[in-house]
Amino acid sequence: MDGARDGDARRELVQGLTKACSRHFGRAVRIDGLFRHSGGASRQTWGFDAIFDDGSVEKLVLRRDPPRAADAPPQSLENSLAIDRATEFAVMRAAGLHGVPAPQMLFIAQPGDGVGDGYVMRSVGGTAIARELLRAPRFEQARGKITTQLGTILATLHSVPLAALPKLRVGTAESVIATMRRALDVTGEPHPVFELALSWLERRMPPAPAAPGFVHGDFRTGNYLVDESGVTAILDWEIAHLGDPLEDLGWLCVKSWRFGAIDRPAGGFGSREELWDAYEAAGGARVDRDHARWWEILGTARWGVICMTQAWKHLSGAEESMELASIGRRAVETEFDLLELLG
Amino acid sequence: MAQDRPTAPELLDAISGFLRSEALPALEGIDARLAFQVKVALNSLAILGREWQRGPRADAEELQRLKALLGRDGDLPTLNAELCRQLRAGERDERDAALMDHLRATIAEKIAIANPRWR
Repeated sequence: MDGARDGDARRELVQGLTKACSRHFGRAVRIDGLFRHSGGASRQTWGFDAIFDDGSVEKLVLRRDPPRAADAPPQSLENSLAIDRATEFAVMRAAGLHGVPAPQMLFIAQPGDGVGDGYVMRSVGGTAIARELLRAPRFEQARGKITTQLGTILATLHSVPLAALPKLRVGTAESVIATMRRALDVTGEPHPVFELALSWLERRMPPAPAAPGFVHGDFRTGNYLVDESGVTAILDWEIAHLGDPLEDLGWLCVKSWRFGAIDRPAGGFGSREELWDAYEAAGGARVDRDHARWWEILGTARWGVICMTQAWKHLSGAEESMELASIGRRAVETEFDLLELLG
Repeated sequence: MAQDRPTAPELLDAISGFLRSEALPALEGIDARLAFQVKVALNSLAILGREWQRGPRADAEELQRLKALLGRDGDLPTLNAELCRQLRAGERDERDAALMDHLRATIAEKIAIANPRWR
């Protein structure tokens, strides 16, 4: 992005946030310390301070899709599974009220604010940076607790009553496989290992749950905040849907989220058994071990296909981004893992 | 006609050296997002360096294996598309030892280029 345009966009964003926050808090607000969090090319996260007349300060976070140009290319296939910001806001608020650690949700931006499709929430302490969580000495105590905490949190998350949630799409095992095949066809790059894995998975598909449950959809290391005491908030709810809750337990254990701690499947922190035990102890349904493993293998293939579709966003011209382009070369990591898992 | 030096890998090294010892230190502590992007760029340049060294031979060997496996002639995209069709249709699966040997050899080369530290 060129520097001058960047500066204009930033001034516009400060103006928009000033207007939106003043309306929400019902008094004059000054916006300061605006910075963009790394990661997330299409969906942006900005931190900022709202400063009031009496000098008090609220640390806030804006999550948004930037305003799109009228002639922008259509959204990619993978984006079509994501919920919009207003729905994400409602999902996070419902989960938080039900006892899932989530940021306190404040308000949805209005179209006239000029900040795009987004919402504002209170900032939560902690970091989501996996390599830090897995290695920094200050997280030593937290590391011992995270697996149990995540299992407990997932049990709570899966018990959020559907009536408390906005309408969400149903994503079954079958539909995930179909979506992945479609994505492979769209990119047009033949990937025998993904085809092998999807056929393998299709032949061993677990039965669908009697009624679809609430699924976070992207519950993994990197998508929750941790401080010295452990997990402080679950983030990145944009793939939330209804389906088989085992999907979340499997996804968390995909090797790609262990960030090198490959002998600790539960997000790089503990064993699968510790995770499943904590989940069951906190009131989650009994975990069928084979089915949880099935979802882990599906998740491995799914991350590989997502790597391809991320690169495709750049290659198709939908979103120019070196970062997205480079993710394409990560797909092979999951091909390597799949051959170990299937062979 | 051969290009003048620097060769492609030498030029990649020069760009990486600049990004690592000049651009990155100037950005660290100033703009975390841009510093991260420079690290992404460095990683991609390293991939290109390895691809330059190993890519042509890896592709040639993959093509030979595919021709033997499928018993027909063609280029890499065509033969890989045919293998994918067979796998999706269930005409081959993980019990096919020749298939699995081919895939292991192919992925071993791909990962050696894309991320040799992956295990």
